[in-house]
Amino acid sequence: MAGKLVYFLLLVVVMVAMPVYSEAQDNTTTMDNLTENDIPKFVTTKPQFTEGIFPCSNCHASMTPNRQRRELSFHTEIQLNHAKRQRWCLDCHDADNRNVLKLANGDHVTFEESYNLCGQCHGNIFRDWKTGIHGKRIGYWNGDKTYYLCVNCHNPHSPHFKPLKPLPMPAHPQDVTKVKSTTSIEVDGRKLYIPVYEK
Amino acid sequence: MNRRNFLKTAALGVGGILLPAKDSPASVWDAFFQKYYREMNDKEKKDVVARLEKEYEEKYKKHIKVKTNAPLPKVLYGYGLDLSRCVGCRRCVYACVTENNQSRNPQIQYITVLQFEQGEKWVSDLEESNKYYNPETVPAPEHFYMPVQCQQCEKPPCVKVCPTQATWKEPDGIVVVDYNWCIGCRYCMAACPYNARKFNWGEPTIPVDEINTETHYLGNRPRIKGSVEKCTFCIQRVRENPGRYPACVEVCPVGARKFGNLLDPESEIRVLIETKRVFRLKEELNTQPKFYYFFSL
Ligand code: HEC
Ligand code: HEC
Ligand code: HEC
Ligand code: HEC
Repeated sequence: MAGKLVYFLLLVVVMVAMPVYSEAQDNTTTMDNLTENDIPKFVTTKPQFTEGIFPCSNCHASMTPNRQRRELSFHTEIQLNHAKRQRWCLDCHDADNRNVLKLANGDHVTFEESYNLCGQCHGNIFRDWKTGIHGKRIGYWNGDKTYYLCVNCHNPHSPHFKPLKPLPMPAHPQDVTKVKSTTSIEVDGRKLYIPVYEK
Repeated sequence: MNRRNFLKTAALGVGGILLPAKDSPASVWDAFFQKYYREMNDKEKKDVVARLEKEYEEKYKKHIKVKTNAPLPKVLYGYGLDLSRCVGCRRCVYACVTENNQSRNPQIQYITVLQFEQGEKWVSDLEESNKYYNPETVPAPEHFYMPVQCQQCEKPPCVKVCPTQATWKEPDGIVVVDYNWCIGCRYCMAACPYNARKFNWGEPTIPVDEINTETHYLGNRPRIKGSVEKCTFCIQRVRENPGRYPACVEVCPVGARKFGNLLDPESEIRVLIETKRVFRLKEELNTQPKFYYFFSL
């Protein structure tokens, strides 16, 4: 008991003395002294491709890559809105092997490890992602965890987080017994029950 | 004073009307003479669980498992919530209701999401906030959000005022309620500075097919009219070994909710306490919450 109290006081001291963390420029290169074999692999959720688009080589194997920045006649749903003046598709996608992504140093990473691509430019966020502070991990708090890929939350082509529709507000105190019924919705594969109110 | 003495005194005072009727079934008498949970041995817990499971089976025509998993050694649970990320979408509210079998009508919710206008004096003034916001999409421009639930205080004022010790702090830091021991006086609700405790004014109801049948005695097992309840960090999930994350952590679409062992320096909760700007709600009251709000930006 006393041990826990001491521990807790210590925690408080640590917090007070805690250095104020500053998000310096987000361009640190966490990856610079890692070779391909050193890159740690994380257990992640799956990339969520549009039906039928993967493997990309189904089409691209027989196409000659065109490295020109241009208006595309295919993949027209893709809006590049990600530092777009400096960037083109082939900064991230490999011209000769469309089934993989390309790092700045020319190395390839699979779509299952796209976090290594994002991590090149978003070093601080990548570090926080690895410790579970940015993004999300599910599973066991004291055991195996599954990381959400950056691209499960951020569209890589237009990464700003999209606004969401809020779920129903709580009933006002005078109405807590007037909930008509409940209905179920699915959020990210989970079933949630939400209230249905009058009118 | 324990609950039985309290009831005895009370019963003397009002001529015994609190006792079960003479012709009540045996299980009602068993329930009435149930021992204090913290003083039960394993056998006694097993008997109580068996009685409850039978009771629930009769009531819901469905098997509801009631666990009594003890605290894990060397674990003190802590929670983090990233106010730079929360968008106020209320997914957590309903993941909690679904997981924890809260009454649908009358409505009970453990998590209240507060909306503030940017620049409001918010931390000191929770009353100025709005929990009935309902725009087409969130976040609403110029607003931010702060979900509030039980802060699992190290010095819980609610525990101190309970006349029957029906609520207490477990060794892993979770403040729990024994619904069978609670007499519904609601002193704890008055004592809680966070408005985290909820009262079953009416008979709690849930459509039977919506009941989560994986329950813990001190957590999401079916509740009764007249008892107080609140967030337990999903005790039925986190006390498994390995323990699952609470439901609100897993559902959060922006990843704002963090959970782990405060005694483990590698846990996300310790890392964020050590690397981010953190604060606790109403720190000046010295309740010492184990719920840390933080800013990742
Ligand atoms: C910042 C790096 C980056 C840039 C620039 C980029 N992409 Fe992507 N792209 C990705 C990543 C990462 C994925 C994988 C997404 C996933 O796993 O869900 C992807 C996925 C795709 C897909 C599959 C999408 C789907 O619907 O499943 C196509 C097609 C694609 N990119 C085409 C393009 C085109 C065309 C451009 C240029 C206009 C482009 N990309 C620019 C990183 C990028
Ligand atoms: C159904 C066929 C098809 C599939 C499948 C397909 N693409 Fe394409 N893609 C095209 C065509 C056609 C173009 C050329 C459009 C143009 O030149 O206007 C193109 C162009 C691109 C470009 C622009 C650069 C360039 O080489 O012209 C990128 C980047 C690209 N695709 C990435 C992908 C990725 C990544 C995938 C798999 C996730 C994929 N594509 C799957 C048909 C396809
Ligand atoms: C080559 C460097 C580079 C790579 C690789 C890269 N980004 Fe970015 N990203 C940037 C820059 C620069 C900005 C800021 C400019 C902007 O917002 O357009 C940015 C902005 C962002 C933002 C903030 C957008 C907003 O408006 O809030 C997000 C989120 C993001 N990136 C996610 C990703 C993800 C996910 C990946 C991996 C698929 C990735 N980035 C890969 C350079 C990069
Ligand atoms: C669980 C969802 C989730 C995951 C996974 C996730 N992010 Fe984010 N991220 C967010 C949200 C929400 C924001 C805040 C809104 C925004 O700016 O778009 C954000 C913000 C950002 C920003 C903007 C800068 C900032 O701090 O606000 C960048 C850059 C970014 N994320 C990169 C990444 C990268 C890189 C990864 C993977 C290593 C990643 N994110 C994984 C949800 C996520």
